[in-house]
Amino acid sequence: MTTREETNRAAARLERKAATRRGLRRVVVFLVFLLVLSLVYTGYKAFGEAVDDAQTDWPVVGRVLPRTDDLTMPPISDIIVEFGEPPQRNSSKPLGAFIAEAALFTFREAAFGFLFGTLLGLSLAILMLRSRWIERGLSPYLVVSQTVPLVAIAPIVVIWGSKSLGWLPFTWEPWMSVAIIATYLTFFPVAMNGIKGLQSAHPASMELMRSYAASRRQTLIKLQLPASLPYLFAAFKLAATVAIVGAIVGEISGGVRGGLGRLILDYASRYTTGPSRLYASVLGAAALGILAVGIVTLIEYVAVTRRQEGHVAR
Amino acid sequence: MTGIEAHLSTAVQIDAVSKTFNSGKPNEVHALDNISLDIADGSFVSLIGPSGCGKSTLLRLMGALTHPTDGTVTVNGKSADLARLDRDYGMAFQTSGLFEWRTVTQNIELPLQLMGWEKQERKARAAEMLDLVKLPEFGDHFPRELSGGMQQRVAIARALSFRPSILLMDEPFGALDEMTREHMQTEVLEIWARTGKTIVFVTHSIPEAVFLSQRVIVMSPRPGRIAADVEVQLGERSFETRESQGFFAKVTEVREALRFEEDAR
Amino acid sequence: MRRLIRSAAPAIVFGVVGLTLWELVLAVAEPEGFVLPRPTEIMASFVENFSVIWTATLNTGYIVVTGLVAGVILGVVWALLVSRFRLADEMLTPLAIALNAIPIIALAPIFNAWYGLLSPTSNQAIVVLLVFFPVFVNTTKGLTGVGATELELMHSYAASKWEITKMVRIPNALPLFFTSLKIASSLAVIGAIVAEYFGGRQDALGQFIVQNAASSRYTEAWAAVVAGSAMGIILYLVSGGFERIATPWRPDVDVVVQ
Repeated sequence: MTTREETNRAAARLERKAATRRGLRRVVVFLVFLLVLSLVYTGYKAFGEAVDDAQTDWPVVGRVLPRTDDLTMPPISDIIVEFGEPPQRNSSKPLGAFIAEAALFTFREAAFGFLFGTLLGLSLAILMLRSRWIERGLSPYLVVSQTVPLVAIAPIVVIWGSKSLGWLPFTWEPWMSVAIIATYLTFFPVAMNGIKGLQSAHPASMELMRSYAASRRQTLIKLQLPASLPYLFAAFKLAATVAIVGAIVGEISGGVRGGLGRLILDYASRYTTGPSRLYASVLGAAALGILAVGIVTLIEYVAVTRRQEGHVAR
Repeated sequence: MTGIEAHLSTAVQIDAVSKTFNSGKPNEVHALDNISLDIADGSFVSLIGPSGCGKSTLLRLMGALTHPTDGTVTVNGKSADLARLDRDYGMAFQTSGLFEWRTVTQNIELPLQLMGWEKQERKARAAEMLDLVKLPEFGDHFPRELSGGMQQRVAIARALSFRPSILLMDEPFGALDEMTREHMQTEVLEIWARTGKTIVFVTHSIPEAVFLSQRVIVMSPRPGRIAADVEVQLGERSFETRESQGFFAKVTEVREALRFEEDAR
Repeated sequence: MRRLIRSAAPAIVFGVVGLTLWELVLAVAEPEGFVLPRPTEIMASFVENFSVIWTATLNTGYIVVTGLVAGVILGVVWALLVSRFRLADEMLTPLAIALNAIPIIALAPIFNAWYGLLSPTSNQAIVVLLVFFPVFVNTTKGLTGVGATELELMHSYAASKWEITKMVRIPNALPLFFTSLKIASSLAVIGAIVAEYFGGRQDALGQFIVQNAASSRYTEAWAAVVAGSAMGIILYLVSGGFERIATPWRPDVDVVVQ
């Protein structure tokens, strides 16, 4: 029987290698995409400038496609260089450092929002699991809750936070209000996927637990929650993005300083004096989003995919 | 019988066929090893064997859904691929494979649509096939509204709709309960009697193989070879057949052949 | 009909209870300068400012609908292309999922710089991006996720690649497509409104909400929020209606004939 063990292990090794290769391929594809994007950007700029020089009037440029002057579309080299330039007159701290700090600030809001949103969403899912009636009653409102635009809620939450939460043992800072906004956006995908995931437990397995006279809590912890993990992680990846978006928009409309939202808005309003800074800060936000999803994917790999390694299907 | 006559009445000719998957890699699988088999036109042949013996692979080789690593597969005197392009055979699988977005009638019409039949002809033929499998009132239902047995009947109706000369069936009744299974077996035999097609039937069940076919090909565990070729002469089948002495004897014979192969590992 | 009422009953109950609680709590508590007005006040303001809100809704709606249509077409066409070439699917779908991680709304200032602050194109671009991703990912999944048995069957019929796409892949993809359409329609509304905050016409919902909120006219702001929500809900329901028509085989109730 050792030969069979050997074949199984060899097959598992092959699977792992294939998975690593897949992962590497995706990274390469992403980098290639960035390269292609940069080339298209620069190429389009060159094209636009050539059209300009030729003094012809292409109505498409400036209407459907953007204008190509250096103010509207700064060359990529400028943007890259800008990361190292200090944006403030009185300090030598480079732009990159500012962006990183702002990103951290926003990340903190998003992380808390993600955490509490997950707790809230899971609680709602478990509540809806209890009763079909509650599920059917709540779901439409959960869906509707997401159609309410943040821009309206954000200033309200910030003001409410600073006024009405004085009774808390710690000082309520504005970024916490933004975290609440991020929570608001996170709980929905977690709740919706959560309920679907909890219900996805095999009826046969449910009957098994009943035959063991397992309590509702035991069934939840030992069967339904593990069964819901794939669904939950799909929601987590979406929630990571959405928490960051919520944090950025919350900062902007709530007037909270210190994060990426504020930074982007500032550089947008001072666009004419330094277009590259806007691009740089937006790139920072993009990187933050990808990082957040990357972290969730890593956790998923460790917690879920690795555990399934034993099952090598033939 | 002269050579030419023998050739004409052979529906499927398998000649020294071997099949290896993933050759050269650590997960290489020798599915079939040097199989040679002739299936006469109009006969009902079963393939039976332990899991992994390659019987499904053999069926797919006949249907040109996969190709042999060695050897040749000849169907109706041509290569299996040509036979597939000529639509010489119909297939039925363990999962009915009905398209959930088409009604029962539309599902039966699917191959006819692909083969360019006129709308009127298609409708008429679909109605005819529904009668054949005794489901005439369900034409406008969707597959999800039908039970497993009924879905399989529709799958068989679909497989026969374009009048192929050969029917390849891969454990089509595997997912059905025993009662429905026996019912379906009788139906398949009726269809065979009425249409005279060649049927190659893959199954796990010894009684099913013996009940349905004139010839039971017993296969060995992987790599699959033909272990035994059991002739079954039980005459016209009926409900009593399953309880007859001759039936039990044949079932035992097949079982012994299978066990011999198991022990020989 | 009775079944419809029975299934909507719990939602209606929750809604009525929720609204009543909201109204009562605020009527009784009367917190100082509280920024969340009562439902009755919101409705009153809505009626009072109806014409302004209606125009704003139409303006925003224009961006929403045009962006939605463009994004859906782009997403579906790309999905069809990608599903044709398996290699493309393996590479591009994970890329699309990764790109979706970028906070698209952060691109709003850049688009405004490209097309001008008051141009609708910049906002439409945001909506198109927001709509494109879920539609593309889901439709690709539907087109490529066909069962092995179905494919073997089509092979046995010697069907051409196009016939397989037309008769198997596309119908298989329809349910997933409509799911993504429903998601995309809500995203389109929110995206348009938030994008307007960054830069858009005065008489569109985003600016209306934000300016009223900034001048502490919360009741007016909430009235516009209600309008925005309503637009989102209507689009969601319309998508659901299309879904019902295009996928008649999907069960509302499961009936199995024995």
